[in-house]
Amino acid sequence: MQEHDMSWVRTEMALAQPAPRSEAGLGSWVRKNLFATPIDSVLTVLGLLFATWALSQILGWAIFNAQWTGTDRTACLTVDQGGALPSGWSGACWAFVNAKFAQFMFGRYPVDERWRVILTGIIFVALLAPLLIPRAPYKRLNAILFFAVFPFIAFWLLIGGFLGLSYVETPLWGGLLVTLVLSYVGIVVSLPLGVLLALGRRSKMPAVKMLSVIFIETVRGVPLVTILFMASFMLPLFVPPGMTFDKFLRALIGVALFASAYMAEVVRGGLQAIPKGQYEGADSLGLGYWQKMGLIIMPQALKLVIPGIVNTFIGMFKDTTLVLIISMFDLLGIVKQNLADANWATPQTARTGLVFAAIVFWVFCFGMSRYSMFMERRLDTGHTR
Amino acid sequence: MAVQHVSRAQEPAKASLLYDPKVRSIFFQVVLLLLLIAGVWWIVDNTIENLRRSNISTGFDFLRGRAGFDISDTPIQYSSDSTYGRAILVGFWNTIIVAVAGIVTATILGFIIGVGRLSRNWLLRKIAMVYVETFRNIPPLLVIFFWYLGVLAVLPAPRDSIVLPFGSYLNSRGFYFPRFLWGDGAWLIVAGLVVGIGLTWFVARRAKARQMTTGQRFPVFWTGLALIVGFPLLGFALAGFPLTLDFPKAGTFNLTGGFNVKPEFLSLYLALSFYTAAFIAEIVRAGILGVSKGQSEAAAALGLRPGTALRLVIIPQALRIIIPPLTSQYLNLTKNSSLAVAIGYPDLYAIGGTILNQTGQAIEIVVIFMIIYLSISLVTSFFMNWFNARMALKER
Repeated sequence: MQEHDMSWVRTEMALAQPAPRSEAGLGSWVRKNLFATPIDSVLTVLGLLFATWALSQILGWAIFNAQWTGTDRTACLTVDQGGALPSGWSGACWAFVNAKFAQFMFGRYPVDERWRVILTGIIFVALLAPLLIPRAPYKRLNAILFFAVFPFIAFWLLIGGFLGLSYVETPLWGGLLVTLVLSYVGIVVSLPLGVLLALGRRSKMPAVKMLSVIFIETVRGVPLVTILFMASFMLPLFVPPGMTFDKFLRALIGVALFASAYMAEVVRGGLQAIPKGQYEGADSLGLGYWQKMGLIIMPQALKLVIPGIVNTFIGMFKDTTLVLIISMFDLLGIVKQNLADANWATPQTARTGLVFAAIVFWVFCFGMSRYSMFMERRLDTGHTR
Repeated sequence: MAVQHVSRAQEPAKASLLYDPKVRSIFFQVVLLLLLIAGVWWIVDNTIENLRRSNISTGFDFLRGRAGFDISDTPIQYSSDSTYGRAILVGFWNTIIVAVAGIVTATILGFIIGVGRLSRNWLLRKIAMVYVETFRNIPPLLVIFFWYLGVLAVLPAPRDSIVLPFGSYLNSRGFYFPRFLWGDGAWLIVAGLVVGIGLTWFVARRAKARQMTTGQRFPVFWTGLALIVGFPLLGFALAGFPLTLDFPKAGTFNLTGGFNVKPEFLSLYLALSFYTAAFIAEIVRAGILGVSKGQSEAAAALGLRPGTALRLVIIPQALRIIIPPLTSQYLNLTKNSSLAVAIGYPDLYAIGGTILNQTGQAIEIVVIFMIIYLSISLVTSFFMNWFNARMALKER
């Protein structure tokens, strides 16, 4: 019967039906993501209450009730404390940060010489930015400039004492300058040192292997504070009498050694992930040890562990704050030192200063972690299934 | 056709020793060791010379000397007349206390937030994400200062303490709560607890054996709870309720009585817990995501309810992924507790520093630090490895 009706065949696709109303639109999203079950609904309401409360507190404190300008503590005091603000006021005292901003950046670096720090910063950014943008050309030249030439320029600009620049001793350094110098040197030193230690740990030579293991495990087993403590109290004992080390240099050595032990473990993870065939392939091509490692193994291994490497960098960036324990003034140290300033002693000063420091640290660390995620996606050439 | 004529008429000439990998490796190692020995000898020589010049005697005899300083938190008997060795022991216990308290809190908080990051609820996910991204990217020392200087130091003075329920108070000198004073016969409660735990273990074994043979189940959890709570309560009643509470009372300038948790401890404990919880949350999230979806689907296909599937299928497998990185977080927390020195909580590091300033025994103090921190690390990782081995996949 039906056969006769088969003469008509539809030649174009039927238009897609719109999604059912229960599956489309805002209402469905809300129902699925916020009110899926009764428990979910209760949690959503509680979460909403909490988020509203927290947001209003934070925004109120940091923006709406904040005091932005002022020359001393009276700007941030309430009536009962001797100021002009209504009793019970609670808000950020950004005036404090405003007044101390230059100190937070440069420490006690002589005011007339601060252009040198700013110039160093500009060169740093100018070299770093094209290095980070994958499409920028001249990568090799750029890397050489950044890792090999820039340290000398920075040394000349920041410390000086020759070629027409006056000498600025490191105890005068402080603030973000110290934080960034410590992290930069830590990063530049710890990566190659970590790679060497990781290779040493996997070496077939027992003496090399044992020394690497002892170094890595000892450093990883003790807190950074202890390492800094050693660097600051014991290094002077280790060198001949009369020879002195700059305190800043001692802290640098401590931070760099500490970071390289952690870096070594990260790199070792990458080395272990490379299949044996790659090593054997390199051997059968007749490559020597350093050629094999440099051309075949390391490029693959380092690519695999980029997240770990960046995590170590972030950890080191955060750890530079510990130098305040051996009484050096990095960003956190200088903020803390300024909290004791009687001119700015208000109940809100500590909170404001620390929140400012937290924001600066957060921006740097968050930036690093996002960039590492970006690179990870870019370099992902099919290792993951 | 190209035919290769390989002639083996003569053995290849013995390669020069210079190119023999074995010889090279031995030569390289000998050079390295010689350099190392020379370096160590140079350092030791310099150190002896430096110590001789500054008249510092070496050795651990100083540990028996009178300490002469007071410590604010003393979990064990200590006074300024005690020895340096005793002072270091106090510091060691303070480190352990803050580390254990921090680990427990950070684990609980971290698990809650980690599970929250995977919740179906969008809002919870976002709140958990904001928490993690905030605390992961801020130095722990800053968090400690924030609690200490930004929150606890600006609390009202003892006269206008904030009154909390259960007779506790909060002011700029810390947190006060009633102290439990146990009377005679309190040991009965402990005995009850031991008996309860023992019986629960016994019941659990029997119940499992029965389920294996007959398939019948026994409510082990509720029975165990009743036993573990019931027996200590029974002991408490038998001993005639030997408990009095010592409530903190407001004096003119300070609160007297009760138990006082100092702000130094509170800020260190809160900061370490909050900071480490962010990392633990990420580990937990990675662990749960690491269990393949087929596992939960298979559990559903077997007819397990979501809660049961989570408990019997997902969590045991996720734990295998979670435990190794969790161990290193615990170690990190313990090591970060040395930041106590920045706010004056008398942990091992702070007390060691004080002793160093008094005696100048830098090398001995650093050796003590290293030994103690390394042994804490080793004990923790040994325990976690044991736990990990118990949890690991049992393969044929």
